[in-house]
Amino acid sequence: MKAATEAAVTHKENTMAKYLLLKHYQGAPASVNNVPMDQWTPEEVEAHIQFMNDFASRLEGTGEFVDGQALAPDGVWVRSDGEGRPPVTDGPFAETKDLIAGWMVIDVDSYERAIELAGELSAAPGAGGSPIHEWLEVRPFLAAPPNFTH
Amino acid sequence: MNDVELRQLVPQVLSVLVRRGADFATAEDAVQEALIRALAAWETDEPCDPKGWLITVGWRVFLDMTRSDATRRDREVRFDTEPPSGGAPSADDTLRLYFLCAHPDLTSSSAVALTLRAVGGLTTRQIARAYLVPESTMAQRISRAKRTVSRAGVDRPGDVRTVMRVLYLVFNEGYSGDVDLAAEAIRLTRQLAVLVDHAEIEGLLALMLLHHARRPSRTRPDGAIVPLAAQDRSQWDTRLIAEGVTIAQAVLARDQLGEYQAQAAIAALHADASRFEETDWVQIVEWYDELLRFTDTPIVRLNRAVAVGEAVGAWAGLAALADVDEHIPRRDAVAAYLHEKNGDLELAARLYADAARNAPNLAERDHQIRAAARLNDVRRRL
Repeated sequence: MKAATEAAVTHKENTMAKYLLLKHYQGAPASVNNVPMDQWTPEEVEAHIQFMNDFASRLEGTGEFVDGQALAPDGVWVRSDGEGRPPVTDGPFAETKDLIAGWMVIDVDSYERAIELAGELSAAPGAGGSPIHEWLEVRPFLAAPPNFTH
Repeated sequence: MNDVELRQLVPQVLSVLVRRGADFATAEDAVQEALIRALAAWETDEPCDPKGWLITVGWRVFLDMTRSDATRRDREVRFDTEPPSGGAPSADDTLRLYFLCAHPDLTSSSAVALTLRAVGGLTTRQIARAYLVPESTMAQRISRAKRTVSRAGVDRPGDVRTVMRVLYLVFNEGYSGDVDLAAEAIRLTRQLAVLVDHAEIEGLLALMLLHHARRPSRTRPDGAIVPLAAQDRSQWDTRLIAEGVTIAQAVLARDQLGEYQAQAAIAALHADASRFEETDWVQIVEWYDELLRFTDTPIVRLNRAVAVGEAVGAWAGLAALADVDEHIPRRDAVAAYLHEKNGDLELAARLYADAARNAPNLAERDHQIRAAARLNDVRRRL
C-alpha cells in the first residue's frame, strides 16, 4: 500500500511523456482543405514550408521536440521465407490503404498538451492560404518502467 | 593549437605507437582516449610539446588497456612502462594508415568512420553526430571495422582508389553536427596528395575545391535549394576556385585522365562562367563524353542529358534522356526541366510533382513541389 502511494507520487512528479504525431499520405479521413500541393500557388507552398520549419523550431525552443522524420512513399512488404532462403518481398502497392508520410515525436507534460500541439500542426496553411485541417494520428509511446527507490 | 592542428597529430601519434609494437586496434583506442583527455586538459594548460604529450599519454593508456586485458587472461605484461623512444613517424606510416582505414574488406560506412577517427582525428561522438546515429552505434561500427582490418591482415598493400572513394564519400556527406565533413575531406585529400603522386588524387582535390567554393550559394539560409542558374555567383569563393583551377589545369596537362579529373574539368568550366548564360556547355558535354569512358553510369548519363539540353537544345537533351534508366533518382526532375525548357508546361508540371513524390530528401522535395506549383500558376494565368 505504501509502495503504491510512493509510486503514485513518483508518477505525478514525472509526467513528461512522449507522443508520436503521425501524418498519413493515405488512410486518414480526408482533410477539410484537401487540394494537392502542386495545385497551390507558389506563395501558398512557401507559407506552408515556412510554417512547418517554424513549428519544429518553436518546439525545440520549448524543449518539447524530440524528432521529426519524413518517409518516402514507396515501401515494400518483406517476410522470411525460411532458413537458407532469401526473404520474400511484395509491393509496393499503389492502393495501400494506410500510408505513413512522416512523424514528429514530442515530449510533453500532458496528454492535453499533445492534443493541443497536434491541433496546431493540423492547421498548417494550405490552398487559398486557409488551414489544411488534416487528420493527424496521436499515439502515446509505451514508457520504460519507472525507476523506484524502495 | 587549434582543433585542426591537434587532429593532424593523431595519425602521427598512432603511427608511433604501432611502430613501438602496439597492435593497431588497441593503439587506435589509446590515441582516441589521449585525444579526448587532450581536449579537456589543454583548454587551460597547453603543453609545450603537444605531440610528445599525446605520445606519452597514449602509450600509458595503451599499457593500461593491455594490462587489464593481460590480467583478465592472467598473462605477463609485455611492454615497458616508460614511453619507448623511436624515430619520428614517416610519411609512409601515415599513408599506410590511409590504406588500412580504406581496406577493401570494409563496407563504405565502416571505412568512412575508421578513416575519420584514425586519420582525421575526430572523436566517436563527433562522427556519430555528423552521421546522425547514436554514439554507441558508431563506436561499435568502428571497433568492428578494426577487427575486420586486423583479421584481413594489416600488411596487405593498399589501394589508392579505395582511399579516394572513401574521401569522396566523406566530402559528399556535407555538413551536419559540429564538424564540416566537406572541409575535413578536403584536408585529408590535401594531405594524401602530399604523400602520393597520383593524377587522380590531384583531380579529386581540384573537384572538391571547386565544389566547395560554390557551397555558400547552393542553399538559402533556410536550407532551400538554389539551382545553378539562379545562384549568386558573387558568393563563390574565388580563392578556392583559383586554387582548384590551377590544380586541375596542371594535372590535365599530364595526360593521365581519370574520372575525378574529368569531373574537375566540368566543375572548372562552371566556375569559369561569370554568368549562367556564359557557361561553355559544348565543352561540358565533351567532358561528359570523356567521363562516360571511365564510368558509364545512369547518373553520368543523366547529367550529360542536362548539359546536352543546354548546349544544343531541350529536344536534344530529351533525346539523350531516352538512354537513361527510368528508375534512377532525379530522372523525373531532369525530364521536367527539359520539358519546361521545351515549352510543354503541362507535362513538366506533372513531372515536377512526380519528382517531388520520389525525391531522395526533403530539400529536393520542397524544391520540386515549388517548381510544380510555379508552373501550374503560370498555366492558370495563360
